[in-house]
Amino acid sequence: MSYLEYSVNSVPSGFRKILFLNWPLILLLFSVAGVGFLMLYSVAGGSFSVWAEPQAKRFAMGLMIMLLAAMIPIWFWRNISFVAYGLSLTLLLGVEFFGTVGMGAQRWIDLGFMRLQPSELTKITSVMLLAAYYDWLPAKRVSNPIWILFPLLIILIPTFLVLRQPDLGTALLLMVGGGGMLFLAGVHWAYFAGVTAIGASTIFTVFKSRGTEWQLLADYQYRRIDTFLDPSSDPLGAGYHITQSKIALGSGGWTGRGFMQGTQSRLNFLPEKHTDFIFTTLAEEFGFVGAFSLLSLYVLIIVFCVASAIATRDRFSSLVTLGIALTFFLYFAVNMSMVMGLAPVVGVPLPMVSYGGSAMLVLMAAFGIVQSAHVHRPR
Amino acid sequence: MRRNPRELSGLWRKTSRRALLLGGAQVAFAGVLGWRMVNLQVEQADQFRLLAEENRINIRLIPPARGELYDRNGKVIAQNVPSYRIVMVPEDVGDVDAVIQRLQLLVRIDPEDLERGLEEMRRSPPFLPITLAEQVSWEAVSRVSVNAPALPGVTAEVGLTRVYPRGPDFAHVAGYVGPVSDYDLNQLQDPDPLLRIPRFQIGKVGLEAKREDLLRGKAGAKRVEVNATGRVMRELDRTEGRPGADVQLTVDADLQSYVQARLGSESASAIVMDCETGDLLAIASSPIFDPNTFVRGISVADYRALTEDPYRPLASKSVQGIYPPGSTFKMITAMAALENGLITADETVYCPGHMDLSGRRFHCWRRGGHGNVDLQNALKQSCDVYFYDIAQRVGMDKISVMAKKFGLGVKHDVPMSAVAKGLAPDRAWKQRVRGEDWLVGDTANAAIGQGFVLASPLQLSVMTARLATGRSVSPRLIKSIDGIEEPRQNGEPLDVDENHLRMVRRGMYAVSNDRRGTAYGSRVIADEYRLAGKTGTSQVRNITETERRSGVVRNEDLPWERRDHALFVNYAPADAPKIAVSVVVEHGGGGSTAAAPIARDITLQALFGDTPPLSAYPAKDRSRIEAQQDRLRREQEDRDRQERDRA
Repeated sequence: MSYLEYSVNSVPSGFRKILFLNWPLILLLFSVAGVGFLMLYSVAGGSFSVWAEPQAKRFAMGLMIMLLAAMIPIWFWRNISFVAYGLSLTLLLGVEFFGTVGMGAQRWIDLGFMRLQPSELTKITSVMLLAAYYDWLPAKRVSNPIWILFPLLIILIPTFLVLRQPDLGTALLLMVGGGGMLFLAGVHWAYFAGVTAIGASTIFTVFKSRGTEWQLLADYQYRRIDTFLDPSSDPLGAGYHITQSKIALGSGGWTGRGFMQGTQSRLNFLPEKHTDFIFTTLAEEFGFVGAFSLLSLYVLIIVFCVASAIATRDRFSSLVTLGIALTFFLYFAVNMSMVMGLAPVVGVPLPMVSYGGSAMLVLMAAFGIVQSAHVHRPR
Repeated sequence: MRRNPRELSGLWRKTSRRALLLGGAQVAFAGVLGWRMVNLQVEQADQFRLLAEENRINIRLIPPARGELYDRNGKVIAQNVPSYRIVMVPEDVGDVDAVIQRLQLLVRIDPEDLERGLEEMRRSPPFLPITLAEQVSWEAVSRVSVNAPALPGVTAEVGLTRVYPRGPDFAHVAGYVGPVSDYDLNQLQDPDPLLRIPRFQIGKVGLEAKREDLLRGKAGAKRVEVNATGRVMRELDRTEGRPGADVQLTVDADLQSYVQARLGSESASAIVMDCETGDLLAIASSPIFDPNTFVRGISVADYRALTEDPYRPLASKSVQGIYPPGSTFKMITAMAALENGLITADETVYCPGHMDLSGRRFHCWRRGGHGNVDLQNALKQSCDVYFYDIAQRVGMDKISVMAKKFGLGVKHDVPMSAVAKGLAPDRAWKQRVRGEDWLVGDTANAAIGQGFVLASPLQLSVMTARLATGRSVSPRLIKSIDGIEEPRQNGEPLDVDENHLRMVRRGMYAVSNDRRGTAYGSRVIADEYRLAGKTGTSQVRNITETERRSGVVRNEDLPWERRDHALFVNYAPADAPKIAVSVVVEHGGGGSTAAAPIARDITLQALFGDTPPLSAYPAKDRSRIEAQQDRLRREQEDRDRQERDRA
């Protein structure tokens, strides 16, 4: 029972809710998705039907899910967050047993009409559960070590399952997203300092262990790190993707080579050009202007979410909005860092732009919850 | 549970603070991303643009057409003819095995080529064409084209192949081309990118190799856009190359064919040279091989047969073969003595059949001796003792100088493979090379063209031309390049007394025209074609004293490789020299019997420009010559027919 339920009368009802939606946010999502359609049209060589059309259909479907989620009161979402988390864990376990192997890892469950990546879903449901947990937890217990154990479990169980797929990128995203939730909830500084120290020493140990009997990571993971640190060391092998991606970006210059004129993507020098590396095509064809515009749109989405979160007095609404914004941020930050050579190559799509169903639908549903929090905030 | 509003608002403040903090951190990280964009897209843009262009643009060479070779009358010696090869683009084929099976019913495909093609197919991307058969006939190409619907992805491509239409006749002069090898690349140190094209044809031997610079031409290039797998998307632009220069030789192709035919299957060589201009009219060496088999790719068995033949068909004997010149060297010895004022034309030497020098006995070829001989008689009868005697007076160093003046022991600049320098030895040479003193006996041997003296047929013909004209004529093989005439090599007057030359020429005239001359048997009776020559018979073994006592073994009774070399040099017509001829028949026996008849036939053929009339020959030779002419004509007709059939 929260503060919110006593202010129900001040919440708009029925179709009047539409007026109270966070319209700037919707506009921003439309713009980003529009950039996505444009780029998918371009990388398909000027064909709408290959990628852009299915993507547009998914966006339309996502839009309906978002509006539906926005109409449902936010306390409903809080109340089902435990169930949603449980469901996503079950699906994650399902991947373990029935998943389809793709790109060397088990990630999908074929649902017939779409291939679902439960790990994407888990990012949102764990944020929801953590928000609900801290909504419930009395303030004085927030930094109590025993009460920190539960949120740690909420984070680490899916992380462990995702790592087994193996999907190091998503696992890291889950941990960082979860850690962010703990931080937002007000857990004491000292914990984060401690974790940072432990993390730093772990990285040190991981590197020290290389080549010894107690080596901590697999060889291919070490090689990926090597490639990231110095892509030119192996320009035709593992470093090829990063090198070609940087060439595509750099050759774009200020204003780019023109729509559908990017030679790097048109001549297939770019890997995964319609999914994880779609940003390179944008940067090549529209240059710094195009790339920076997309980055600005993303930043605006974060800004609007944070503003919405601060505007609400409801703890669950605020935490879930911030958590979803953080998850969204991690998507594009990791993806852009990767294609610009600032992070190792991990399979993280560019949100709302990369071709792919799971991430798009899950993110739209998540923004539905953000909208719901916005609409149903006490006034 | 109702929450304490104070507690709630405290939490709210804390969360908001941290939300702003985390949001700020996110915006800050976005700033880092923006900075990275500036860094990549603005600061390093030029560099990355260049890399993108390098990725995208590939330069493809367009091989130039190789220069063609013609004879002095414009007849083709080496040309490029279109040849067809069957290629297959694997990605268009579908069922590769079935298509190859169908193709094999239409075209003969070498199993080795097929295996290589399939191996290549496994290694390269599927859009690159694989060559299945080369040098395919037009009929086979037509069969493939007609059946195109059943052979998806199989097409015929046209290229150029080097063809030597005169077959073996120019094997040593023109040489042949072949695909560039790793050995060639190391050897040539040539940065020309054309050499990096697999199987690019370059000259391997002969003129083809020596004037590769003229014949190859310059590559054109086209810039094409390729995708990441190397597939050509479109052509951006092209620069045309320059085809190789067409080279006209001084050789008369018909005469060359005749000389080759006349030498037949002997291990022999002959040169016909224009006395005035130095133009090489024929450069023959036999036996011979067909250079076209090398272009097509010679089989191991055939190649071994060529290398193991004791007659060495692969050696270009006329320029790279060196032999003791034997008596043909005597003109040099005579000129050295005359020029140094040590003898006169009338002075006689008594020849008892031998001469004793520092305890060794040197024999004349005629055991009974020639009696008293003067210069003309000594040349005419090839008296060895006369030359032993005068050589002692002149000394080796002066003979060597004279030999070099007449083009012996000097490397002539002829664009053929392995042109030999020969040897005109002097005292210093022996000391330097052998570390021994020059002996009196060495001079005696050298005086009659034995011992250390070595000369190639080319050098002998130069010597003869210089004797005939008194000018330092040099051989010329290239008449013109792309229609631009090369300088003639008629040379400066030799710094010798014309009277002395005339004395030597009189001796040479007597050799061929005096009843007692060594080549009288091979004389010409038509006045306008009379020869002036010199026979030579050079030993390749030592005749021991015991053998001399029991009677020297006759050449015919010796194994082939121990028989004497037969040599003959001449110029003609004797009164107004036009051509100089040299003939060497390896282990042929005597110069007068083995070499002189050949030289006479060649000379007449060259001067007359066609089969000479029988009236030029002495009456008793005519029936034999007529039969020989008929035989050669028939052989020529056979060859022409074969050539037509092949074309």
